[in-house]
Amino acid sequence: MIGNLPTVLAQGGVDWISFDIGRLVDQFWYNTVNGLAYGSIYSLVAVGYTLVYGVLKLINFAHSEVFIVGAFGAYFTFQFLGYESGGIAQAPLVETIVNLILALAVAMICSGLVALTLERVAYRPLRRKKAPRLVFLITAVGASFAIQQAIMLWRNPNPELAIQLIAPRPLFEVFGVSVTNIQLTVFLAALVLLLIADSFINRTRLGRGIRAVAQDPDTATLMGVNKERVIMLTFIIGGLLAGAAALFYIMQIPQGVVYNGGFLLGIKAFTAAVLGGIGNLRGALLGGFLLGVFENYGQSLLGGQWRDVVAFVVLIVILMFRPTGILGESLGKARV
Amino acid sequence: MTLLEISDVSVHYGRIRALSGLSLTVEEGEVVTLIGANGAGKTTTMRTVSGLLPVTSGSITFEGDDITRLRADLRVVRGICQSPEGRAIFPGMTVQENLDMGCYTRKDRAAIAEDYERVFSLFPRLEERRTQVGGTMSGGEQQMLALGRALMARPRLLLLDEPSMGLAPQFIQQIFRIITEINEQGTTVLLVEQNAQQALSRAHRAYILDAGEITRTGTGAELLADPSIKDAYLGVG
Repeated sequence: MIGNLPTVLAQGGVDWISFDIGRLVDQFWYNTVNGLAYGSIYSLVAVGYTLVYGVLKLINFAHSEVFIVGAFGAYFTFQFLGYESGGIAQAPLVETIVNLILALAVAMICSGLVALTLERVAYRPLRRKKAPRLVFLITAVGASFAIQQAIMLWRNPNPELAIQLIAPRPLFEVFGVSVTNIQLTVFLAALVLLLIADSFINRTRLGRGIRAVAQDPDTATLMGVNKERVIMLTFIIGGLLAGAAALFYIMQIPQGVVYNGGFLLGIKAFTAAVLGGIGNLRGALLGGFLLGVFENYGQSLLGGQWRDVVAFVVLIVILMFRPTGILGESLGKARV
Repeated sequence: MTLLEISDVSVHYGRIRALSGLSLTVEEGEVVTLIGANGAGKTTTMRTVSGLLPVTSGSITFEGDDITRLRADLRVVRGICQSPEGRAIFPGMTVQENLDMGCYTRKDRAAIAEDYERVFSLFPRLEERRTQVGGTMSGGEQQMLALGRALMARPRLLLLDEPSMGLAPQFIQQIFRIITEINEQGTTVLLVEQNAQQALSRAHRAYILDAGEITRTGTGAELLADPSIKDAYLGVG
């Protein structure tokens, strides 16, 4: 058995695993830039998981489908605006920006509506009946599959033909690595949305209501907070951000519009939320960016096929040392 | 004028009856206290008045309106605010934010500003600690914050569930003094207490609750002088 190990380890000409520190060092800044652009998507989706967990103690597994519906929304907006499938569009800059903003709005609305509907149709009736927590979880998984399969039957199992509004073009260099126009746009736009979400939660009256319900639902009610409205609001915020993430996702990966395209991304975003400390808004932001860069570092170090494994191993290792995540649980403690 | 009237209210936890046909009234301007052993139903009564627990029978009226089925958050708008058992400060919020939660349903900015001044004059400590996170404060400070937070709702009826619980003696004195002061400023108070001595001496009227039923009622002074009450609740002997 032991004698066969090298052949098992090196199947099909690709190393099963490599350990290339040189490559890690060489590609460090490339991976950092790339990882931050990706991580911003994880962060946006992670906020949805973390907010809902904060107020309901529910892991909303159907959030990945909230995300992918947004991607379809953005995609069909592109089509509606007259962009051809396949190839790269060559519209003037202003027109492209206007169209991207339109697609952003549509994606956010689509995802927001799906999140809200999910809450109304799937979760609220269970709350009325005071169902045990496990029932919510199973419902979430069921809703996830139901939406996913419905999309597959409506479209088909194949990805939609890619539509690219902007051709990736290097803008400038940091540490010898070029940053593309798409990466910069996605990163900045995501950052703005995340900052808006953060100040909404931490600085406004409604945000305070959300934190109050997360910290102590009964006492929040005694202060006059309408818990049902708060729950609805968290689903809407999570949905809107997931919709934005969906547009940014298909800007980076135009071929990603497919019925199960939310699955892996959803699990990664959930991982990011747990990594930062689920229930903690700033933890979700931090976790998203960290996961984005670490999976890229891991990819360089161990080989591309290890990317997803690294993402989840990082989670396991961090939880071993900090079981409540990097910043710890609780929406309310997430302040400076 | 009768502010709160609970008539023949029963409350169940599943099949277990926690309150059986409880009736009590609170007149405007009074301090009424509810005394009883552990498990007698004191906290259940408070949670029922606030609307966190549904009644199985009976009715609750507030200022003459039936609020038996009114949603809990709307009862706050009507003027019922509770400072719950165990203080229940929002642990991740600052003192300021906790106080802001008290006036969550209010929009009258000028009056809110007045109430901040009032709360800060009652509890100067809270003003010093405005930016401190609630969860890091001592028990006594948290109780002041809980009281301050409830006052920020400018309630017509203030429900206090065991405000002296777990506090050092000098804090207990201070808390009761402040309850009297709040009442003298015009707020009606329904007070649940284990510290029967203090509660009875501060209250206009009192109800004794036992196993979900009212067994005695009278003025604070009457019950304080009653030997059987002394034996059961005042820990004499």
